[in-house]
Amino acid sequence: MASAIEQPEIAAAAAAADPMLPALYSIQRVRQETDDTFTLELVPEDSHSSFGFRPGQFNMVYIFGVGEVPISISSDPGSLPMLKHTTREVGTVTRAMRQLKRGDVVGIRGPYGSCWPVAKAVERDVVIVAGGIGLAPLRPALYRLMAEREKFRKIVLLYGTRTPEDILYRQELEHWRGKFDLEIQVTVDRAASNWRGNVGVVTTLIPRAPFDPSNTFALVCGPEVMMRFTVMELEKRGVATERIYLSAERNMKCGIGFCGHCQLGAVFVCKDGPVFALNQIAAILGKSEI
Amino acid sequence: MIHTLEPIVEQHPFFLGMEERHIALIAGCAKNVRFESDQVIFHEGERADHFYLIRQGLVAVQCVIPNKGLTTVHTVGPDEVLGWSWLFAPHRFHFDGRAQQPTLALEFDGKCLRGKCDEDHDLGYEIYKRFTQIVTERLEATRMQLLDVYGKRD
Ligand SMILES: Cc1cc2nc3c(=O)[nH]c(=O)nc-3n(C[C@H](O)[C@H](O)[C@H](O)COP(=O)(O)OP(=O)(O)OC[C@H]3O[C@@H](n4cnc5c(N)ncnc54)[C@H](O)[C@@H]3O)c2cc1C
Ligand code: FES
Repeated sequence: MASAIEQPEIAAAAAAADPMLPALYSIQRVRQETDDTFTLELVPEDSHSSFGFRPGQFNMVYIFGVGEVPISISSDPGSLPMLKHTTREVGTVTRAMRQLKRGDVVGIRGPYGSCWPVAKAVERDVVIVAGGIGLAPLRPALYRLMAEREKFRKIVLLYGTRTPEDILYRQELEHWRGKFDLEIQVTVDRAASNWRGNVGVVTTLIPRAPFDPSNTFALVCGPEVMMRFTVMELEKRGVATERIYLSAERNMKCGIGFCGHCQLGAVFVCKDGPVFALNQIAAILGKSEI
Repeated sequence: MIHTLEPIVEQHPFFLGMEERHIALIAGCAKNVRFESDQVIFHEGERADHFYLIRQGLVAVQCVIPNKGLTTVHTVGPDEVLGWSWLFAPHRFHFDGRAQQPTLALEFDGKCLRGKCDEDHDLGYEIYKRFTQIVTERLEATRMQLLDVYGKRD
């Protein structure tokens, strides 16, 4: 029997009759993660609209009367029908999203886009480099890796945030660190003197992180500048370009390859991404005119 | 019995690939040190006559910022180098260095090593090359910190 990792997951909602019609999900819980970041735990109003997803995919989340935004799914692909979205408040829609309470209803279209290459990393080391809210799209990959821990060699999470107060999923990280064979290194850009951990940008963790670069898959997500510097460090350490994957962000409208809003050079982030192999987007990464 | 620090210096990543005679000269300026958690290793403004190679533990590079108090701007962990002010005039520390955990390190007498670098320019070149690399890496990291990439976009 094929393992859970190898089974192709069903993306039922993507095949829905009208791809622009959102399914209704109600909020079961709102969890305040940090000062400006919160997680909505959602369940479908109608059990038929439940869908599976792959780590790294996103949904278009519709806040009625306000607007729709792409948000990665941050929950465990194994705990359906519940979906979690961890969101940072930055503007109009995400601000409205933060006002929502238990019992409120949102529209969900998805799951969309490409996924982290978890199955390809079997028998290899996996290094996950996350910056800020970039940990959210990587969390489902971590759940998958943990679910079949014995299939992978070293698993290393390098996570950078602005301050200790901005660390996401703190309790869960502690739990994982204690329970699984998982190396977690956290660093912050600045901290008061009572912080006993690392201070410095996340790229400074790469040279000494315990993984074998010749046999490593790297999954990277965070602000674009952080990803560019991370790629340089990973390559300097000897990780092959074709084994480095990134999640890109662009403004979106349709989420399904119709409107061209999310075009990045020759690719559409919504359809061909958001997860790309580095060699797919290396040439255009960081070019402001694109 | 005299214990020489040459094997430790030689194996430290910072000195990897150095000639044996240079390792011997460098080890001659080194000693083993241990710091307790919270122990101040050096103060801002003090004469910088030392630098350290961290073997175990973590050291915070700190300064006082008005309205924020003592702030850590950088940490230095195992296999990393702490302090380069010993190499460049006016040889004063620009920050405080404080152990965040019990820390083991090699302490180098900067005056002693500066003297040896003046006498043996090949050694001096190696030392400068390695410290310049560290300074460049820290400059790049600091630039990225200044970009505040996790902050809100304008
Ligand atoms: C595939 C994909 C997955 C995403 N996953 C997540 C996720 O899991 N969690 C999450 O919080 N966000 C995620 N985003 C980003 C999210 O879609 C945007 O933050 C959101 O669209 C902003 O909408 P708004 O109406 O609140 O802000 P707007 O009113 O559109 O923008 C307000 C201000 O915020 C700035 N801004 C916009 N987007 C961002 C951003 N991403 N980061 C920082 N500043 C920004 C704008 O430049 C502007 O200054 C994802 C984006 C994509 C493309
Ligand atoms: S958002 Fe419309 S094409 Fe990608």
